[in-house]
Amino acid sequence: MDPSRKRKIRLGAALSVAVLLAAALVYTSFSASSETRTPSELDTARAGVSYQLTGKVVEDSVERTEQGLDFEVRDREGAAAVPVSYQGVVPDPFREGREVIVTVQRQGGGFVGERDTLITKCPSKFTTDEQPS
Amino acid sequence: MAEVGRAALILALGVAVYGIGASLYGARTGRSDIVASGRRAAYALALLSVVAFVILEAAFLRSDLTFAVVAGHSSTTTPTFYQATAVWSSQEGSLLLWLTLLSLWSALVLFLTRRQLRDVAPYATAVLLGLGAFFAGLLIFLESPFDVLASPPTEGAGLNPLLRSPSMMTHPPMLYSGYTLFAIPFAFAVGALVVRRVDAEWIRATRRFALAAWLFLGIGVLLGARWSYAELGWGGYWAWDPVENASLMPWLIGTAFIHSIMIQEKRGMLKVWNASLILATGVLCLLGTFLVRSGILDSIHAFGASTLGGPFLVLIGAMTLGSVALVVSRRDTLRSEHRLDALLSRESIFLLNNLVLVALCFVVFWGTFFPLIAEAVTGQRAALGPPWFDRYAVPLTLLLVLLSGVGPLIAWRRATAANARRSFAIPAAVAVLAAVALAAAGAGSALLALGMFVAGAFVAGTVFQELWRGTVARRAMTGEAPHLAVVRLIGRNRRRYGGYLVHLGMAVLFVGVAASSSFQDATDVRLSPGQQAEVGDYTVRYTEPTARLVATREAGLEFIELGARLDVWRDGEALGAMNPTRGYYPSQDLAGLGAIGRFFEGESVSEIALDAGTQRDLWLAVQPDIGALEPVIQEGDAVFAQAAGGLSPQFEAVALAQTLRGLVDRYASQAPPAQFRLLTSPMVTWIWVGALVVFAGGLICLWPAPDAARRRATAGLAVRVARDLGRVRART
Repeated sequence: MDPSRKRKIRLGAALSVAVLLAAALVYTSFSASSETRTPSELDTARAGVSYQLTGKVVEDSVERTEQGLDFEVRDREGAAAVPVSYQGVVPDPFREGREVIVTVQRQGGGFVGERDTLITKCPSKFTTDEQPS
Repeated sequence: MAEVGRAALILALGVAVYGIGASLYGARTGRSDIVASGRRAAYALALLSVVAFVILEAAFLRSDLTFAVVAGHSSTTTPTFYQATAVWSSQEGSLLLWLTLLSLWSALVLFLTRRQLRDVAPYATAVLLGLGAFFAGLLIFLESPFDVLASPPTEGAGLNPLLRSPSMMTHPPMLYSGYTLFAIPFAFAVGALVVRRVDAEWIRATRRFALAAWLFLGIGVLLGARWSYAELGWGGYWAWDPVENASLMPWLIGTAFIHSIMIQEKRGMLKVWNASLILATGVLCLLGTFLVRSGILDSIHAFGASTLGGPFLVLIGAMTLGSVALVVSRRDTLRSEHRLDALLSRESIFLLNNLVLVALCFVVFWGTFFPLIAEAVTGQRAALGPPWFDRYAVPLTLLLVLLSGVGPLIAWRRATAANARRSFAIPAAVAVLAAVALAAAGAGSALLALGMFVAGAFVAGTVFQELWRGTVARRAMTGEAPHLAVVRLIGRNRRRYGGYLVHLGMAVLFVGVAASSSFQDATDVRLSPGQQAEVGDYTVRYTEPTARLVATREAGLEFIELGARLDVWRDGEALGAMNPTRGYYPSQDLAGLGAIGRFFEGESVSEIALDAGTQRDLWLAVQPDIGALEPVIQEGDAVFAQAAGGLSPQFEAVALAQTLRGLVDRYASQAPPAQFRLLTSPMVTWIWVGALVVFAGGLICLWPAPDAARRRATAGLAVRVARDLGRVRART
């Protein structure tokens, strides 16, 4: 076979494989993702569906229980809040008033956090506004 | 001194802008004196940014609280090491560190290449000074480290306790060294494309900088992982967080680059590819800084608005568009001098390795930016978790480790069956033996992990085989002792054997990752003193609570430490006691907080107990339940609030110390239950050992080879001496 034709066929095959893999990646990313919601957007949440909840931990809402941790999360700007029951790793920076992300599912009137999904703002981004001297 | 610092930055911006103009004008008109003036502007930029950095560093070391950035990130009670390193815990300080490192590397490379690449260097100078001007501009107009407070506080906020770890404090300079060193080959690639001089000379001139960038960035990523494992209280070292991903992406593409340039140096191929890779690496380094500093993505690092997003976006956009335009407009001069001769050749394997690395980077990029992509496509923000990343990253990494064993041994141009047999028979046999042994030991339950162990055994087989063969050949020629032959073999072929060591280290590292992530046992349990729990082969009994006050160097109280003493057994054999603790640092926000309560409203930081071993780590963290102390805390706050103003400061300090002493004694005597996280992770230590081997290999690659001319002369002398000796022997 003509070498340049052979090269073109090889290139076409390689590109097709790359496109197929990229398509698989894109497809699975949409099917495997969880919607990111704020507390006020969770009123339409369906049971059995995971959501990534982002917001601030409400002051005086944290209670340690035998099973783990109960707390409320509110909108960054606003008062709408939802209760969350959570079990698993609690990161060191977790505190009332601090921003968190946790993957939750609706259960009854509240939300249950998925195990080990609670993350908090990284210390390198804490600003002096939070620690006035 | 703040004015001097600010003036240094303004001058730095001035010389950078002048240097850009001089370099471009000198290059266009062929005036070498003007080009040299542009280069000297780069030296001046380095000097001025060092001056600014030293002024800021000195302000931190003497706790000059008139500097807003010092008051916000340090204090008089912060330990000296952390005062020195707190500079880069602030946004302003970290940007100044970026500028300082960039300008130092720029000055170094421009000095080293002052008699080389006369057509390329002026454009590279302009690019480097352009980046310097950007960061100087940010530091002058948006994030000034030299803002002063009209009424300085009596005490600073202190360095965030979570960052008080040597690995976290050395992590940013390492990452930034990596980012800024990659700017060097980026700038020279731009220069080479502008003047259409795309042979391998710009690669040779900047190869060491690319290698150093790769090494530093890799160390930075590893230090972040180590900090996460030892300090964050969750027991993991990688979470696919956007900021972790931000540093991983340029490292991946940089890895592809330092491999594929070998093909260009050797065979004049892959010129478009190499130019594109280094341009992409440069853009990704800026993107990494942008992701951390702009707050564009919701992540543990990136909350909060920032003024830096806009300028970074404009710079990244300009760099991307400029890079694409340069490569497209120069595609005719970037044609390969040779073509791939065969699919089974070193060139093909290197290309495949590059494709895997780029695919891995694409996966990381897609997953990191998915929240923005999803919002643009569906109108709803969404995020991808670690399982999605793992689904793609694990098999791609497995393939990469395997290729790192094949690539260095396969023949250039076209591999024959005989070549393959000679190179791979022994490593393949080692891999098969490892597979059989591990499957018999029960590792078959995690197939991907088993695959990684086998790939690791294969890579180790190739490296040791090559070392053995090289040593045997050298000994046959020189008659040296084995240890001397190994050292000299590596010393004379640093790039080659340094590279082998890097591959071996990476294989060891990923074997550690595979074992620790696939065979980890974890238990979260609430225990009262006297109760025990099982984790893996271990039995852990909570014997008693521990509590103490920890003083600063000035004998003031720094934090309260509550913890637990745990007795540990493995398979019935007592291993001794371990003592995980949690430090409670007082909040600096005094408004609304009581004198006692503020100690429990500030940061609290886990100090894990770790029994690290070559086989497995036992990792223990405690979260004390301070609920039982709350009535006492409230009572103490009320008493101090009532007495406010009525006590002398000295008496109040003594009373506070006594109350806190009583509080910790009460915790120890009441012995409330506590929450524990218990982990056993096999072979985590090998991750850090592998990283050290990679580091050693990288240093060997980087270390300058003995001067070639001197080596030729020495070889010539040796030949003459041998000849003379031969004559003497013949006569006798």
